[in-house]
Amino acid sequence: MSAKKIARRKPVLARSEKSLNGTRPTVPASERRLDFGERWSFAPALEAKDYIQLQSRYQLFIGGKFVAPRSHVYFDSINPATEEKLAEIASADARDVDRAVKSARRAYEKIWRPMPGRERGKYLYRIARLIQEKARELAVLETMDGGKTIKESRDVDLPLVSAHFFYYAGWADKLQYAFPGRTAEPLGVAGQIIPWNFPLLMAAWKLAPALASGNTCILKPAETTSITALHLAELFQQAELPEGVVNIITGAGATGKALVEHRDVDKIAFTGSTQVGKLLIKAVAGTRKKLTLELGGKAANIIFEDAPIDQAVEGIIAGIYFNQGHVCCAGSRLLVQEGVFPAVIRKLRDRIATLRVGDPLDKNTDIGAINSRGQLDKIHELVDSGLQQGAQLVQSPARLPKKGYWYPPSFFTGVTASHRIAQEEIFGPVLSVMTFRTPEEAIERANNTPYGLSAGVWTDKGSKIFKIVGELRAGIVWANTYNKFDPTSPFGGYKESGFGREGGRHGLLPYVALS
Amino acid sequence: MKTLASPAHRATAEERQVQSAAVDHVMVEERAAAFAKRSIKTSAKISGLKLAISMMDLTTLEGKDTPGKIAFVCRKAMQPLEPRYEVPPCAAVCVYPNLVRVAKKFLGDSGVKVASVATAFPTGLMPLRLKLQEVKSAAHDGADEIDMVIDRGMFLAGQHDRVADEIAATKKACGAAHLKVILETGELQTYDNVRRASDLAMRAGADFIKTSTGKISPAATMPVTLVMLEAIRDYFYETGVRIGMKPAGGIRSAKQALAYLVMVKETLGDDWLTPDLFRFGASTLVNDVLRQIVKTVEGNYQGEDYFSLP
Repeated sequence: MSAKKIARRKPVLARSEKSLNGTRPTVPASERRLDFGERWSFAPALEAKDYIQLQSRYQLFIGGKFVAPRSHVYFDSINPATEEKLAEIASADARDVDRAVKSARRAYEKIWRPMPGRERGKYLYRIARLIQEKARELAVLETMDGGKTIKESRDVDLPLVSAHFFYYAGWADKLQYAFPGRTAEPLGVAGQIIPWNFPLLMAAWKLAPALASGNTCILKPAETTSITALHLAELFQQAELPEGVVNIITGAGATGKALVEHRDVDKIAFTGSTQVGKLLIKAVAGTRKKLTLELGGKAANIIFEDAPIDQAVEGIIAGIYFNQGHVCCAGSRLLVQEGVFPAVIRKLRDRIATLRVGDPLDKNTDIGAINSRGQLDKIHELVDSGLQQGAQLVQSPARLPKKGYWYPPSFFTGVTASHRIAQEEIFGPVLSVMTFRTPEEAIERANNTPYGLSAGVWTDKGSKIFKIVGELRAGIVWANTYNKFDPTSPFGGYKESGFGREGGRHGLLPYVALS
Repeated sequence: MKTLASPAHRATAEERQVQSAAVDHVMVEERAAAFAKRSIKTSAKISGLKLAISMMDLTTLEGKDTPGKIAFVCRKAMQPLEPRYEVPPCAAVCVYPNLVRVAKKFLGDSGVKVASVATAFPTGLMPLRLKLQEVKSAAHDGADEIDMVIDRGMFLAGQHDRVADEIAATKKACGAAHLKVILETGELQTYDNVRRASDLAMRAGADFIKTSTGKISPAATMPVTLVMLEAIRDYFYETGVRIGMKPAGGIRSAKQALAYLVMVKETLGDDWLTPDLFRFGASTLVNDVLRQIVKTVEGNYQGEDYFSLP
């Protein structure tokens, strides 16, 4: 039908709009609010934990056995959701580190390096299967030890942990094809230091590629989240992984320092803060040690006017409130094109009102506990700075439990690039919202950070995605999604976010010497 | 919303074009799946299930429907379970226009409403004039609610303004009866189409928007319903009018019904947790919900034959 013909028809719609006013009650503009209240509230739905067997004391895992630390010193591991002590953890000193390195060296020379790749692969497959079998138990432990929600430890962390072992198990007998025309040899003994935000997942990211490519490992978990790594060690025993191939030493910064400084370590892999990363670069300078660093970030999540806004809001939620914001690649700087700013803010305000904060073992909890008192203090300090510098804080009305470390999902508007909250990593459920006018400005602002780990782009226009992604200086860019991980996909940063890649074929490279 | 200066104004196609938000199918499906992960236990489960019963449009839309069958459905709707379980009546009984009088007679002043499908259900492929006659006749016979279908052919041919005009004309023909507009999302197929059809239906006068006739597969799905709830949310903020939502077809288990309720609660909030603004269109859902209610009260499952068929 031609436009002219359409225009000639009677505009029935226009008439009906007037007559509708009587039949459909209208809420005045000032009262248009959605009420996320208690009309139908959820009863507690707690994940069972009665079968979980926590030890009162966790020892070091060296040479395939659990051994007491030479220092006889133990420190407490607490549940951040209850502030109750879960267990005591051995604190390894330089002598323990030396034992672990010797054990790893012996295993490397005598067993692991000479072993054919397909045999190494069998162990990794076996470990992956054992993790799957014990997934729920490990997820509960992860939640108790670190405060993350059972929903995430069950549905995100553990499936990815076993997926990483499965994936790299597949590479173990195919290394000669990984880098065509070149021969890949293992480096030797790898010291691996991991953070507290994804304890088992980070262990898997570090161990699986190192073991697949023929290295032996000494893993140092973060001080506040050591327990699950030691339960993983039990699975290594069940898998009959040869003694010394993986050693786990627990402790604080001094333990990590002793590991990094040990003369017989060939490779250091570290995930954690940029501050510590810089110390590591100094520590390994002038040695033969190879280094990969996966450090902090202050990712820009960019929402264009033509984005699918409701889904973009879900991407904001996934970007900053996933794992209480304890995510190095969190979308912590939201850049919104000015035309859609009011709509995005209104939707975000509504959405955070539906996030459930509380007991991480409750299957309906969206935001769990902040990992430690120290981290909570840091979040408070940065939020205070945001308020002092004149930004406006919006917080969810969630009621927080009395005991434990909690922070409600929050975001700041009125943030500029000069605010501390726009520059520094908060590592909590706090988002800084800024605006931009043109795509050029979005790119400029997104890149205006010392970090370069990740970024997000939201637009319905495919060509725009390709243009923007090509100009963002970030190791990972998500388009119309956020915080998606897969063992086949390399992960790592630019600039002060570190160097080296984990995951995918690229993830083998930091653990091999090519000739 | 555009208000036109005078009735003499001739709207052009461009002016009538509804600007609809884009929908990203990956994220909308991911979000919809997340609602089903909520764990609804004990007190929340039983109150949710009773709420679901109160929102149910108990439906029979068969060529072989008779007054006898309507009697079964009406009786079931008025009292789904023996009184000691304190289960509320269903919201409405949904029938073909020829059976509106019969349903009205059985339901009397029970409070259970009569909904009639109309406008050449399920295709809508009849001249508007006849469709309007059908609506008027059903309303005259006592239908409290009219469930119309849009002409999907017209929509897919890009004649969105004509679809809107037909809805507006149907609304007028309804008189006091409430209008539910069935989009038949299984035939619109894309989320962008669902969103656009939702927007134009609300603008043209729908009191409720409804996913499906139940005659086409897929009928209601979680992501499609979410897209429609999001359209309702935007329309509310824009105009202040609360539009109702009715997923219909394909919802067969109590667990599914609870997942839909979670979706409503977390998308539109408490104000929509009422039969005035949310309905389930279903024929077989009721007994699974009742079975779960009895299980929650008694502690064990009863066999299917312990629940009367509608």
